[in-house]
Amino acid sequence: MAETLLFNALRAAIDEEMARDPSVFVLGEDVGHYGGSYKVTKDLYTKYGELRVLDTPIAENSFTGLAVGAAMTGLRPIIEGMNMGFLLLAFNQIANNAGMLRYTSGGNYKIPLVIRGPGGVGRQLGAEHSQRLEAYFQGVPGLKMVACSTPYNAKGLLKAAIRDDNPVIFFEHVLLYNLKETLPDDEYVLPLDKAETVRKGKDVTILTYSRMRHHVTNAAKTLVQEGYDPEIIDLISLKPLDFDTIGESIRKTHRVIIVEECMKTGGIGAELVASINDRFFDELDAPVIRLASQDIPTPYNGTLESLTIVQPAQIVEAVQNIVPLRV
Amino acid sequence: MVQERTLPEFPTALASITREEGLVVYEDMILGRFFEDKCAEMYYRGKMFGFVHLYNGQEAVSSGVIKAMRSDDYVCSTYRDHVHALSAGVPARNVMAELFGKATGCSKGRGGSMHLFSAEHNLLGGFAFVAEGIPVATGAAFQTKYRREALGDETADQVTACFFGDGAANNGQFFECLNMAALWKLPILFVVENNKWAIGMAHERATSQPEIYKKASVFGMPGFEVDGMDVLAVRSIAQEAVARARAGEGPTLIEALTYRFRGHSLADPDEMRSKAEKEVWFSRDPIKKFAAYLTEQNLVQHDELLDIERRIQSVIDDAVQFAQSSAEPDPSELYRYIFAED
Repeated sequence: MAETLLFNALRAAIDEEMARDPSVFVLGEDVGHYGGSYKVTKDLYTKYGELRVLDTPIAENSFTGLAVGAAMTGLRPIIEGMNMGFLLLAFNQIANNAGMLRYTSGGNYKIPLVIRGPGGVGRQLGAEHSQRLEAYFQGVPGLKMVACSTPYNAKGLLKAAIRDDNPVIFFEHVLLYNLKETLPDDEYVLPLDKAETVRKGKDVTILTYSRMRHHVTNAAKTLVQEGYDPEIIDLISLKPLDFDTIGESIRKTHRVIIVEECMKTGGIGAELVASINDRFFDELDAPVIRLASQDIPTPYNGTLESLTIVQPAQIVEAVQNIVPLRV
Repeated sequence: MVQERTLPEFPTALASITREEGLVVYEDMILGRFFEDKCAEMYYRGKMFGFVHLYNGQEAVSSGVIKAMRSDDYVCSTYRDHVHALSAGVPARNVMAELFGKATGCSKGRGGSMHLFSAEHNLLGGFAFVAEGIPVATGAAFQTKYRREALGDETADQVTACFFGDGAANNGQFFECLNMAALWKLPILFVVENNKWAIGMAHERATSQPEIYKKASVFGMPGFEVDGMDVLAVRSIAQEAVARARAGEGPTLIEALTYRFRGHSLADPDEMRSKAEKEVWFSRDPIKKFAAYLTEQNLVQHDELLDIERRIQSVIDDAVQFAQSSAEPDPSELYRYIFAED
């Protein structure tokens, strides 16, 4: 495959999986004729028909519940949240129905369901369109949560999510859809539960995901020039967290910085800090540093917005503070 | 004097039910009634816990609709789900065991009274939040249409019956799903069991248009009211709706006017409903009414009904015995069933 934009990598994943398995279908607002708010499903309805690329009325809780019912009875729905934030309206269906129903039913039903769409803080989209739902959903039993960050992992992970027999919330970031990468020609599927080591290093473990991965790799360029050797881990799986990869890294670096776009309170980072303390406290040479978004509704104003989320300079500074100077 | 909505007349001359069908329906109603009476007894004896919502009085709706369907059709219920599960064919043993929290329960003791499930019997659940089952049921109906039209499976003609109460008919999911079901002509029956009370909220105090069946019209959907204490009337309207759904002609809204003979749940002191109102409805007991029909029409003899009652009593006793003697869930399986692979 030639150089592929991230949104087209996602589209290819859906297209391939729909061709492979006729029980896979897409539903959501404007996924059909319009092609999806970020064109992830562009023209798929002409290939697969209007039932398999189902334009729904604007009724998030009901079409999400409909997808759960379809999944319980043998189909494999992919819900697109036009903006992931809108799916707050479907919180009950995602938590009680998608997440908990298999357990509550004593294993009577499985719910192979993907809930995907654009999230995160974009450019001046205002508070309601700048949500990070992973923080809200991480406590729901039965859900898996995955955040893609590159065209390569977007495609391989989405294919895996579609094939998974469990409900998977699949996070895309509004500012990453136009990332470009050359993808393999051959089909590939990536594991949903494995973190990706983006850069190997020995000084400090930086745990991050989604768009912040790119802030971290930008910061790393500066840091490497200054003589630091950070290890960068893209979590990929936000639930469950890949503590094998995380632990292996901590046992090597003994220092951890978390860089996330979540709000600080109750975010993925909060869970990471607690779990690292539970599992790897003896390995730590310094308290875990957590860089997260401010606990405020994301402001519209560009300057205020950039002050709300973590910037690369803060990452550089955090590494400088936590890693002892070598003489 | 209690002001009651006039129940629509259903001339018994219109009823067409054979002796065999009549026996099936009567047995199902007795099963529902006896099962619930036993639940009340077991609850007060401390054998079951949590919130337990009984169906006494509403049997004509469950039996009238579900016994007009096929065994491969889908049924979706609410927190008041014991009798829908029984009508759908889930054995009384497994329902009772679930209420006892046992490993042999239909939800393996993980669900409880409000979360009965059985994939084997196409029982979609047991949904405890008001109206949340409506989208799920709509999804099952969508699945049938999808199988038929997108996958070309001509055997996919199943119909889904979605039960819920008058309280749910004020929730957005009700309107959203009526819209989608009508828009896509889904094979589904929306069956409102209007028992007049959403716990302590009188229906008339909660809705601007108390005649729920009329709400179908804005979606271009057929809507009917029916005497929910008359199993023949319910069965007749359900048969028409099922036939329409199976033929691909879309959904139907059925408002069954009914009454629960007990409080909202066994924890409800039931102080809101007047004695006079209850007496009006107690006099309409759907089981007595149907028994009278069956004997007056000479379809069955009174003794045969007594035989059914004796037999069902032993089914209930057996269910309790089974539940009591069943094993508790294995603590080592606390985490089982969270994911599909478990």
